[in-house]
Amino acid sequence: MRVSMDIELKDTPGQLLNALQPISELKGNLKSIVHHHEKHTPRGTIPVQLVFEAEPSNLEKIIKRLEENGIGVIRVDEERMMEHGAVLLIGHIVHTDIQDTIESIDETGYAEVVDISLSMPHIDTTSSASLKIDALGRQELYNAIELLKNIASKKDLLVIEPIQLT
Amino acid sequence: MKIIRASIIGFGSVGRGVAKTLLLKKEEIRKAGFEIKVIGIADSRSGIVDTDGLDLEEILKRKADTGRVSEENLSGIDIIENVDHELVIETTPSDIDTGGVGLENMRMAFSKGRDVVTSNKGPLALKFCELTDYAKENGSKFRYEATVGGAMPILNLVRETLAGNEIKSIQGILNGTCNYILSRMMEEKAPYEQMLAEAQELGIAETDPTYDVEGIDAASKLVIIANSVFGMDVNYHDVDVTGITKITPEALMLAHDEGYAVRLIGEVKEGTLKTSPRLVPLDHPLAVGGTRNVAYIQTDLSGDVTVSGLGAGSIETASAILSDIISLYRER
Repeated sequence: MRVSMDIELKDTPGQLLNALQPISELKGNLKSIVHHHEKHTPRGTIPVQLVFEAEPSNLEKIIKRLEENGIGVIRVDEERMMEHGAVLLIGHIVHTDIQDTIESIDETGYAEVVDISLSMPHIDTTSSASLKIDALGRQELYNAIELLKNIASKKDLLVIEPIQLT
Repeated sequence: MKIIRASIIGFGSVGRGVAKTLLLKKEEIRKAGFEIKVIGIADSRSGIVDTDGLDLEEILKRKADTGRVSEENLSGIDIIENVDHELVIETTPSDIDTGGVGLENMRMAFSKGRDVVTSNKGPLALKFCELTDYAKENGSKFRYEATVGGAMPILNLVRETLAGNEIKSIQGILNGTCNYILSRMMEEKAPYEQMLAEAQELGIAETDPTYDVEGIDAASKLVIIANSVFGMDVNYHDVDVTGITKITPEALMLAHDEGYAVRLIGEVKEGTLKTSPRLVPLDHPLAVGGTRNVAYIQTDLSGDVTVSGLGAGSIETASAILSDIISLYRER
C-alpha cells in the first residue's frame, strides 16, 4: 500500500537518515521526500513529508522504529488501493442487475468499483457504461477484471478492457 | 545474372499487383543480383505457361479485357507440379475454414522442392507448423510477410532488424476495416451499422464483412505472428476472438471522456492469444485512425518499437511479396 506521512525532525545533522533507514530496512519503497528546511515548527523541529510504498504488515513496525529514533510521527495516511483501471461494459447492464455486478467486485476485498458512468440511449437498446476500478496492486486489478469478464459472460455483456493495466 | 523462374498462382488483385510490381521494379531486382522470369500464371479458371518467360504486360491486358489469363483450362496446381521452376508466388484468396486451394498449392510446391512466397493467410492460420516443417524437409524456402498487415513490415523486421531481442509481446491493429469503422463511429457519434455501410460504399469493407468485423481476419494474422515470432504451435481456433459488431457510439464517447480510444487489438505474449476491442490511451501509438495497420512490439533490449503501414491494397501487398523475393535471392 501507499503511505503518506508527516514527520518532524530535530534540527541536527543525520536526522533525515535516521528517518529513512527504518523505512528502507523494512522494505519500504520511497516515492517522494519533501524536506521543509526553511519552515521550523514552534517546537524548533523541521517538518518533512514522506510518501512510500510498504507492506501493510510492516507499517506499524516502521512507525515504532521512527519513534524509537526520536522522530515525531504527526500524521499517517494509508492508501490501500494503489492501482486504478478503467473498463467499458456494453449490453443490458441495468436489467442484468448492475448492483450485483458491482458488488461482485467490491466483495473481493482487494478491488472496488469507485465510479460508474452509464449511457442508456433508448429503453430497448443496449446501454454502455464505463467503470473505474481501484485495486490493491496490479495483479489484483487483473484478477478483478478477469472476475468482471466471467460475470459479464454469464450476463451476455461485452467487457472492453485496457491494453495495459496502468 | 542469376535467373529465378517463378509462377504466379492466383491472379486477382494481389497477383496482378505482383505482375505490375515485377515490371516496375525490374531494375531494382537486377541490382539485387538476379532476374525473375515468370514461366506460369494461373487464375481460378485458366492458366498459361511459357518456359521462355511470359509477357506480363500482355497477360495483364488480357485479364483486364476477358477476365482470364488464357483460353486454356490449366490449373495452378498443374503448373506447380509439372513445370520446372524455383519459386511459387502464391496469391490465391485466403480460405480460413479449410486452407482451400492455397494449402494444396503450398503442399505441392514443397513436395517438388520449390520455394514459396505468399500473401495467403488461410493455410498459415490453420497449418503453420505443418507447412514450415514440410518446407524445411524438402529444402524449400518459405516467406509470408505479405500475410500480416500488407505493406507493414513486421515478420522480417522482428527476424532481421530486431534479431537478438527477446520479444515480450506484440499488440497490433491488424485489420484496417475495423479500425476505420471504429474511428468513424467516434468522429460521427454514429452507430456501427451506419459506419459499416459507409465503409462498404467506399470499398473499405467487403459486401460480406464477417471476416473483418468479427475479428477473424485479425485473429488469422495474429496466429501467424504467434507462430513465426513466438515459436508457438497454434492455429486460428486457439485465438480468443471478439469482434466489433456490439460496440456502441455511447461506449466510444464514454471511453473518450476517460482519455481512451477503442480499437480492435490483436495481442500475443506468453499465455495470451486474443483479438478483441480494447481501451487504448489516446496518446498511445496504437490509437491511430483510418485504415492503417500498426504493430507495437515490446522487447527486452530495444524497449518499445512501433511500426505502421498500409495493411491492404494490391500494390502494397505486392511490395511485401517483392521484399520477400529479394531477401531470398539477393546476392550476399
